[in-house]
Amino acid sequence: MSAAPANVSAPTETGWQRFQRDRTPVIALWFLVGIAALCFSSPLLTALHWLPDYKAQDLALGPVAPGAGHWLGTDLLGRDLLARLLQGGMISISVGLIATAVALLVGVIYGVVAAEIGGRFEDLAMRVVDIVSTLPLTLIVILCTVVFGQNIWMIFLAVGGVSWLTMARIVCTKTRSLKNRQFVEAAVSLGQSRPGIVLRHYLPNLSGTIAVYATLTVPGVMLLEAFVSFLGLGVKSPMTSWGMMIKEGSDVMEQCPWLLIIPSVVFAATLLSLSYLGDGLRDAFDPRTAKK
Amino acid sequence: MFLYVLKRLAEMIPVLLVVVVATFFLAHAVPGGPFDKERPMPAEVKKQVEAYYGLDQPLYVQLGNYIGNLAQGSLGPSMKYPGWSVNQIIGARIPVSVVLGLVSLLIAILVGIPVGVIAASRPNTWMDRVPMGFALIGICVPSFVFGPLLALVFSLQLGWFPPCGWGSASHLVLPALALGLITAAPLARLTRGELMEVYTLDYVRTARAKGVSPMRVRFVHALRNGILPVVTYLGPAAAALVSGSFVVESLFDVPGVGKLFVTAIINRDVPVILGTTLLYAVALLCLNLVADLAKAALDPRTARDRR
Repeated sequence: MSAAPANVSAPTETGWQRFQRDRTPVIALWFLVGIAALCFSSPLLTALHWLPDYKAQDLALGPVAPGAGHWLGTDLLGRDLLARLLQGGMISISVGLIATAVALLVGVIYGVVAAEIGGRFEDLAMRVVDIVSTLPLTLIVILCTVVFGQNIWMIFLAVGGVSWLTMARIVCTKTRSLKNRQFVEAAVSLGQSRPGIVLRHYLPNLSGTIAVYATLTVPGVMLLEAFVSFLGLGVKSPMTSWGMMIKEGSDVMEQCPWLLIIPSVVFAATLLSLSYLGDGLRDAFDPRTAKK
Repeated sequence: MFLYVLKRLAEMIPVLLVVVVATFFLAHAVPGGPFDKERPMPAEVKKQVEAYYGLDQPLYVQLGNYIGNLAQGSLGPSMKYPGWSVNQIIGARIPVSVVLGLVSLLIAILVGIPVGVIAASRPNTWMDRVPMGFALIGICVPSFVFGPLLALVFSLQLGWFPPCGWGSASHLVLPALALGLITAAPLARLTRGELMEVYTLDYVRTARAKGVSPMRVRFVHALRNGILPVVTYLGPAAAALVSGSFVVESLFDVPGVGKLFVTAIINRDVPVILGTTLLYAVALLCLNLVADLAKAALDPRTARDRR
């Protein structure tokens, strides 16, 4: 691999090898793995008493700037910011992953079915996607989360439920181009059923595209959740998410700027890494759409 | 052309009906009502009030009444501000949001497109890398992070602009910058990407070969083609401005429609929730239509493809 000149890929090179040749997405991937591992191990760290409980208040202590006792300081109620940051990350990352899974499921089924039936049905289905995507979906998400009592699962569903449109469009276009390929024609002439063709031929060929756009959906979804939480309509206290922490920080940014700056930087860095990772994956696995 | 616009406008009616029905049921399913206060109303009073707003009738009758009123252009009375109609409340706030939205869009266009053109003219030098780095950060930093940071630096530290409120031009600066610069980032990236492709086309080389000045090639010849996807992006950009305006208006205490929506949700003021949602839906659908028409005007090929 080291002998290959930059930006020229050998025909035998796999997408994964192409991905690894570019340094930034790989660094982004490791950063994300690290953050996620830290966040999801926070209950364990608390159980081992290496980390304070994110709910434990210390009103006598109040807000403390980052220092030796509390590495990232404490908030107005004397709660440890590091513990809250990790707990909030757990929620934000879960929303990112689960809502993306919902969006993926809906979008892929919708796109494949539309393209497989084809004709007027496909035109109509794609027109519906076009129209729905021009609607003020953020408002609908906000309403849903309020209606269903700011339940965390409803947030997953509502956010995922409005994020499938791009996926449906891309999957539909890809499937349509697969339909005319010779191996599909061969499968049809050999008498394979239509569901069989979808499962055996379409989905495996779509998997790369799906993986790439799933990665690109995650930051958007996390942003939407943070946005709803920022308006005070997301997860319920004492549970927290990065959006909610940024909101709490912006309320007291004059007295305690670290409460705003630390969660903001972590959140922005995570989103930045996710888009680097998504772009890197797209360039590696979907070279035709890659920008020169 | 006229028929096409008519067809698109007719298409909006069923879409808006679906939006009304969906929002209606969602808004009525919100737990807690606008009359739930710390001290409960006497039962008879509550009954009277509910009868006044028609809340004692079955939901489908209420929906029918609402759509009937809507057809006559009335959004009904507000539940939180007695004596005010939703039309009045929203009408008073539209100019504020429109001014903020237009100034932000102007900032986005005046910053985003030139930056994209400059970056594309010197690809892979510092003139490309530095602005594009900022653009990537601009995409990843949400408005609710950028807004407070702007307020922290320019208002609390430097004291140049008021941190919140509305009324003078200096009040407009921070919210418009927060919204506009965030929207400028994707515009700059889009412009750069498209121009890079257009620069490889034959007609650009021809223009250069016949001695057209480089500035003219960039801003006149290439930009006209390169701008097409940017114009299409106007629709999504407007949507982003709308959702950004919730945050920015709440943050800088701007009395616009975005803040009204958030307050209405917290107050459970159902007619106001419905009215603002409908307003946003109409605005976004119209903006998308305008974007499509502008694209057709710039690119005769898409005009021909249209049915």
